[in-house]
Amino acid sequence: MSARRIFARPARFAAIAPYVWMVLLFLVPFAFVLKISLSQTVIAQPPYEPVFDLTAGRASLEAAFAALSIDNFKLLVSDDLYVYAYVRSLTVAVTATALLLLIGYPIAYGMARLPTRWQAVAMVLVIVPFWTSFLIRIYAWINILQHDGLLNQILLALHLVSQPVVWLSTDSAMYIGIVYSYLPFMILPLYATLAKMEPALEEAASDLGAPPWQAFWLVTFPLSLPGIGAGVLLCFIPIVGEFVIPDLLAGSNSLMIGQTLWLEFFTNKDWPVASAAAIILLVVLLMPLLLYERLQRRQLEQGR
Amino acid sequence: MRKRSRLSRFNVASLALGLAFLYLPILILVIYSFNASRLVTVWGGWSLRWYHEFFGDRAMIEAAWMSLKVAASSASIATLLGTLAAVALSRGERFAGRTLFSGMLYAPLVMPEVITGLSLLLLFVALDAERGFWTVTMAHTTLTMCFVAVVVQSRLGSLDRSLEEAAMDLGCDPVRAFVAVTLPLIAPAIVAGWMLAFTLSLDDLVIASFTTGPGSATLPIRIYSEVRLGVKPEINAICTLVIGLIAVVIVIASLASKLSSAQGESAAPL
Repeated sequence: MSARRIFARPARFAAIAPYVWMVLLFLVPFAFVLKISLSQTVIAQPPYEPVFDLTAGRASLEAAFAALSIDNFKLLVSDDLYVYAYVRSLTVAVTATALLLLIGYPIAYGMARLPTRWQAVAMVLVIVPFWTSFLIRIYAWINILQHDGLLNQILLALHLVSQPVVWLSTDSAMYIGIVYSYLPFMILPLYATLAKMEPALEEAASDLGAPPWQAFWLVTFPLSLPGIGAGVLLCFIPIVGEFVIPDLLAGSNSLMIGQTLWLEFFTNKDWPVASAAAIILLVVLLMPLLLYERLQRRQLEQGR
Repeated sequence: MRKRSRLSRFNVASLALGLAFLYLPILILVIYSFNASRLVTVWGGWSLRWYHEFFGDRAMIEAAWMSLKVAASSASIATLLGTLAAVALSRGERFAGRTLFSGMLYAPLVMPEVITGLSLLLLFVALDAERGFWTVTMAHTTLTMCFVAVVVQSRLGSLDRSLEEAAMDLGCDPVRAFVAVTLPLIAPAIVAGWMLAFTLSLDDLVIASFTTGPGSATLPIRIYSEVRLGVKPEINAICTLVIGLIAVVIVIASLASKLSSAQGESAAPL
């Protein structure tokens, strides 16, 4: 038996503790979400009617299954408020992801063309804001965007506007916040693919007479598609369920699904409806999630 | 040698604008935290007034202390579990349920926080667990161990495995080979993983809001409830302190990764 295989056996034992932890604190909780999404709302603590009681034997279990209700789901697909929230979440996520790609690509491209020594510095500079608190970064923008904030002061001083513009509680503020928060997630996978690319390819294209934009469009861009895929998924998925940014920066007249879930849970104390909303959100995200998982695994295998 | 610089003017401009976009808002926040004036519009000179105010605010200090405790404990447990998971995934070859295992480790990286938070809360309620320090710590551990696993796993993947094999050919048993050879080589990645877990926990609002109980608010929860009411100079001061703390953490993490590249291997990608 090779040393490698002997090593593998105890390495497998290392999986036990994290495996048990993830099953208990990641997988099992989803069963609870599913269960509660199927139960009736009651005004009590906790505010739902237990669907089944495992200690009471088989008969009660069967009775419980008969009592399962999909009322919460019916409510969520029939009430305009929720349908609108899902549509809005997807619209916001698509728009924001497109903006991120548009802004992030030139930055990643510039990074990849830096001399090697500077590339590492640029990468650290892009990662550092990701380490500083998310909430703080949003708060920084509230400072800038508020009625008498810096942006309005500058605009007034330059005579670009005659009176302060309302920025807070608008969609523009929300998009600024989302782009600002997720930009590193878009730049890093793009940069990773662009930096690996052979510079000779683009040079060959220009030696053969292609103007720079054509060399880029016909050679660099198609080769960077895997990075685009990873960046888009990495941004799109969490943005759909985003709560803090729309809550602090966008207006309260149109909600995203993360906000309605939060509202149902904390304000209306309707746990079953909140759970049902979470299930639907998860189903909506399942396709991109699986896609992301496959991409991630392929990248890890390539890196090996 | 390259014929000419590959940087076009467009490249330079987009880099400069991009970095300005990333850093200016934070810089402005830090500068305004030293503003003596209560009004954001008016620059009243440099002052430490809002820092005094923060240190006199008992509720804020308690929340900050709670956050630091949660971050340190959850990061430590997450580092242990995440490293074990990374070892199993990169060295365990095939084992039963491996796909499920790696799926469970990747999903929380992109799962919307509202879902993770809600599902963990429902679990804690079903178990009738008292909500507070431990429930938040466990919730954060669940999220951050996945990040640790990714960081450590990429380091393990770039490691030359013949080193482990040599140690075993020389008579080490696998556990001893791991402790004597592998562990020192991946130590910088483990340190970086701990730092990442620590800052993620310190940063989290949504999961903490779901899983904490009355009377044990974390710093982001307090900041959030203040921010909803509008801009307050005191918040600028708190944010600046948090940024300072995180800057220290980043410096330590980058020193650790420099140490790892000094060992003749490529630095663990973060």
